[in-house]
Amino acid sequence: MRSLLGWILVAVVALVVSVAATVGLNPYLQQILFYIAINSMLACSLNLVNGFCGQFSLGHAGFMAVGAYVSALISLNFHPFSGALEILNFPIYALLAGLCAAAAGFLVGMPSLRLRGDYLAIVTLGFGEIIRVVLLNLEVVGGARGLYGIPGTIDMASCFHAFFWAGATVLLLWRLIHSSYGRSFLSVREDEIAAECMGIDTTRTKVMAFVISSFFAGAAGSIFAHTTNSLNPASFQFVKSVDVVIMVVLGGMGSLTGSIIGAILVTILPEALRPLHELTGVDLRMVIYSLTLILLMILRPGGLLGSREWNQLWRRRAARS
Amino acid sequence: MEELVQHIINGLNLGAIYALIALGYTMVYGVLQLINFAHSDVYMVGAFAAYYGAMRFHLTDKPGWLSFALTLVISMVGCSVLGLCIERFAYRPLRNAPKLNTLITAIGVSLFLQFSGQVVFGADPKLFPEVLHDETLFSFGAIQIQLFDITIISVAVVAMLCLNWFIQKTKTGMAIRAVSFSFRSATLMGINVNSIIMVTFAVGSSLAGVGSVLVGLKYPKIDPLMGTLIGLKAFVAAVLGGIGNLPGAVAGGLLMGLCEEMVVAYLSSTYRDALAFGLLIFILLFRPSGLLGQTRVEKV
Repeated sequence: MRSLLGWILVAVVALVVSVAATVGLNPYLQQILFYIAINSMLACSLNLVNGFCGQFSLGHAGFMAVGAYVSALISLNFHPFSGALEILNFPIYALLAGLCAAAAGFLVGMPSLRLRGDYLAIVTLGFGEIIRVVLLNLEVVGGARGLYGIPGTIDMASCFHAFFWAGATVLLLWRLIHSSYGRSFLSVREDEIAAECMGIDTTRTKVMAFVISSFFAGAAGSIFAHTTNSLNPASFQFVKSVDVVIMVVLGGMGSLTGSIIGAILVTILPEALRPLHELTGVDLRMVIYSLTLILLMILRPGGLLGSREWNQLWRRRAARS
Repeated sequence: MEELVQHIINGLNLGAIYALIALGYTMVYGVLQLINFAHSDVYMVGAFAAYYGAMRFHLTDKPGWLSFALTLVISMVGCSVLGLCIERFAYRPLRNAPKLNTLITAIGVSLFLQFSGQVVFGADPKLFPEVLHDETLFSFGAIQIQLFDITIISVAVVAMLCLNWFIQKTKTGMAIRAVSFSFRSATLMGINVNSIIMVTFAVGSSLAGVGSVLVGLKYPKIDPLMGTLIGLKAFVAAVLGGIGNLPGAVAGGLLMGLCEEMVVAYLSSTYRDALAFGLLIFILLFRPSGLLGQTRVEKV
């Protein structure tokens, strides 16, 4: 019953947002709204690995790229529905994209999640770069020129689709984290050795978190592909992964609410800084980004929310031991 | 055959440069267990310090060994100062924070240097000043040995020998080794850990400065993003050799340079950037502590 309630809530929110967006916003703002949905998916899914499972992944853009390219390729060659039902294609594409990204996540995670901390960060970073280089060299996906003419428009249905996916991501991750699996993620984060002593298969737990996280990154990539209608390997550089990390860290590692807030802030900030860019003539956006990241780590290492969720906001920060 | 020898020479050159930068990574990792992502951008700033220094003192007017040495010194000093600032203002406040936070800060510092570099130095590439003229020293058939090849290798070797002497023979070097062996016991032995860490940053960064001038000689195009890729590869080289292990970093750097040159020569140049990470993943799967690293058993 409660799970049904959650899904209804997600559907209603997505419907309200999409109606409001198509009625009241200009295309520019609609685009930003789409990016908020995509970035929320990316941030929440990365938070599962970085925040809840305590593993540091720097290759999220790579999984997003897998999803985006798979989805684009399928959509260019395969249309199960046509005409008025065309919109029903997109969930299928997103699902397939997510599954492919999850498979990639499994392939990367299986060997590399035995490594600890820093090494994992580097391997995932390396994987992201390898994906990009392979995409640059694959002629099937256009190589460095990129892929054009991917179907997809910005309208009420696609907006509903994007926000339904974003909502579903949050809901599914929320339920996952509050299940027994979620508790094993947390125990791996807190102390891997102790978790192992308690009979938790730490490698399996980590791979699971990684695969689920890649699934949603792939789905986000699919939505991204059908929103921008063109893909280029340059969109999936290391900086994109760092962007997602910034969202997670800004909002607070271990808080889905925080990730959503982080995603919204990081999406809106560059647009809000545009006047400053025009005023000074130099692109200070990334300078401000990186400075924020450093200062955040020094002054408020837990991010905006720490590990609190929306229903715990009133709670004072737990004392650090 | 002659072609192969030529590729080996080029690979050794590239490898020597990777090794110099990898040493900086490995030294900092040794004392702090931190991947200093900003190291690659310290290297970039070193190249620009050399560029502006050479312009300021008109070193291009009389190219020669003296100008070259001066450029090296300018770059090394610039890098050391930057390295010290990074350590003091970004890493030291986080000395007792979780590792993840320091890692994220390091990425932040790296991005900050890259993008403020684009603002300060301008995003378009600049031509590195020619402080030394290249000439062909001798040639056997198709093999040509250039002055720059010899310079790069000999400067790198001298720098590494100096480092080795410093780490093995001096008291400060001994303290560095002690800190990397055990942070806490070193403090108990009366070693001022903070100043040792600062020395480590200064030395590691100045090696990056040497590397940047050598790269500037050989590939005279510098831009604010030049550090990213070479830094990543140098880091991979450090991991390859066993991070925290100085001879390992040198071996890893040379291996990396040779492999890359061979891939470019005999396979495809577009895959050269994927090679580094492919190699890294391969090594980490079969020997997670690197070629010369020791496996540490985690104790509870």
